[in-house]
Amino acid sequence: MRKTTKNNLITFGGTLILCVVLGILMQAGKLNSMTTGLMVTIGIYIIASTSLNLTVGVLGELSLGHAGFMCIGAFSSATVSTLMINGGAPNWLSFAVAIIFGAIMAAILGFLIGIPVMRLRGDYLAIVTLGFGEILKSLFNNIYITSDKNGLHFGFTNPPKNIDASTKLEILRGPKGTSAPDLTNFWVVAAVLLICLIILMTFIDSKSGRACMAVRDNYIAAQSVGINVTKFRLMAFTLSAAIAGAAGALYMHSLANMLPKKFDYNLSILILVYVVLGGLGSLRGSIIATIVLYAIPELLRGINQNIVNYRMLIYAIILICLMLWKNAPVFINMREKIKAKCKKSKTADLTSGGAEA
Amino acid sequence: MSFISNLLNGISLGSIYALIALGYTMVYGIAKMLNFAHGDIIMVGGYAAFITMAANWCPLWLSMVITVAVCTVLGVVIEKVAYRPLRSSPPLAVLITAIGVSYLLQNIALLTQTANPKTFTSIAAGAPPFLQVFSGKGAVFFKANPYQDEGLKPVLTVSMETFLAIVVSVIIMIALTLFINKTKAGRAMMACSEDRGAAQLMGINVNATISLTFAIGSALAAVAAVLMCSAYPQISPYTGSMPGIKAFVAAVFGGIGSIPGAMIGGVLLGVIEILSKFYISSQLSDAIVFMVLIVMLIVRPTGIMGKKISEKV
Repeated sequence: MRKTTKNNLITFGGTLILCVVLGILMQAGKLNSMTTGLMVTIGIYIIASTSLNLTVGVLGELSLGHAGFMCIGAFSSATVSTLMINGGAPNWLSFAVAIIFGAIMAAILGFLIGIPVMRLRGDYLAIVTLGFGEILKSLFNNIYITSDKNGLHFGFTNPPKNIDASTKLEILRGPKGTSAPDLTNFWVVAAVLLICLIILMTFIDSKSGRACMAVRDNYIAAQSVGINVTKFRLMAFTLSAAIAGAAGALYMHSLANMLPKKFDYNLSILILVYVVLGGLGSLRGSIIATIVLYAIPELLRGINQNIVNYRMLIYAIILICLMLWKNAPVFINMREKIKAKCKKSKTADLTSGGAEA
Repeated sequence: MSFISNLLNGISLGSIYALIALGYTMVYGIAKMLNFAHGDIIMVGGYAAFITMAANWCPLWLSMVITVAVCTVLGVVIEKVAYRPLRSSPPLAVLITAIGVSYLLQNIALLTQTANPKTFTSIAAGAPPFLQVFSGKGAVFFKANPYQDEGLKPVLTVSMETFLAIVVSVIIMIALTLFINKTKAGRAMMACSEDRGAAQLMGINVNATISLTFAIGSALAAVAAVLMCSAYPQISPYTGSMPGIKAFVAAVFGGIGSIPGAMIGGVLLGVIEILSKFYISSQLSDAIVFMVLIVMLIVRPTGIMGKKISEKV
């Protein structure tokens, strides 16, 4: 079996087993409601961080606007699910359509944003994605959608007027947030997570995914062997946006009221922390890092309330130390020396052992 | 008259952005990295000024000196500890480290100063406005309203803070331009930004030059912090991040690495922000500022004053 296939199978199988075990425990009533809620949130964050890993790890570009794509997914899916349920469609169908719609909307925007963004690289790309994230957040802070018997009414910066009061249904309420039906549960999150993992693994292992990695490792060399750099970068960026949109849709339907300002720069950074600490380009790493970094502070909250306040401080320190440890020449040399020493002592052991025998 | 007043406010905010953008652009020009923590150095400067100004023993001039000193030391230390070891590393690693530093400063502030915004006392508190214009009576400089008794209200007021921000920024920019063009250290900075390897071969101490750049950039951030917190009298751990990002937009707008570009970009961005806040929508002004960046990068990626750099194998 190929090494990548084996690796992917381990990641996917592990996630599947974890989902099934947690699901059975939940159905058997062994988990309290806090843990169940935590599982849903962690699942959503895993979807977001694995999708960001596609941009940061595989494409090698730092996107700081990931929350913006979650924002589109969240609010467009809420519009669809609210309208469909109001129109009498069954819950499961409305939710499925809403998630897919959210993902498609995020993909369309990801594509449109990607056209200018993918011309840039490095620091410029980071700051422009940050800018787009902020733009999307402020747009949804200003969009109002209300439906009544005459159809949909849109408002920008102000709520729409002349609405039939008896059939009035406010969907998006600008800065006051949106109340989507509470549909997200553990099983939906697990299903979406597994589907996203399959999509991501297939993509990364495909010809396009390998082209993206070639571009990451050497832009000019990749270009010179005839890889259409922009096309593959755009493809990966769009896919990453689409999955983030699905994560946003799930997030929206898991909370009673969602404010647009929740999808800010800090959310993007939090997801980025999970990706970087899990390991760039490693889906398994993102999954484990998200679970560990999200669950530990929450579980420790019971022991000490203050620990959650120190969470981001500790992440920041770990982030800096990890980058220094991995990339600073001083530490790289030190690591190599230690490695060489270990090897030496091992071979010394072997030879001495051989002599005794 | 309201247009003129908005324009002046825009120029005042823009000159603060320009001061911050100078820090970004100098560091980017020489160290070739985006110092994400620059915005948070502003925040630290704001708190340093806030704390020292609240203390009884500390006169205003001393608290300004302390603020500048704190930021300068902080900037140099950050460069030495976090950025210098990574100088030859891939850009992604440097960028992530910079974000880490920015988050570290923000969270230290959150833990020591709490998230509640505090009211900052303006350095020009109690001073009369710089300029008041009355219809039919002409202009009055540096004086309280002399027509108070007649119930006459000025049609145009320029506050002391607005005036100070513009004057201080102009003085600093002139000084900085002279420093870079006329002194040995300034020329060393230019040489480093042009070609670091060649500069080193010519006997320039590159490490010291980069440290000096961070020191100057952070000192400018400290001045910007005091001016900004005086004009918008509030301080919280998040005070620095948005102005920091906008100043980076200004630096890109003017052409990153170019010092006159940062000045022009900063002022233009401040004017755009205030005018769009007033005439379009106050909630959308941030979105408009970022749209400017995106349009700029599509139309002219090197900025107003930037040079075109082609990548070589």
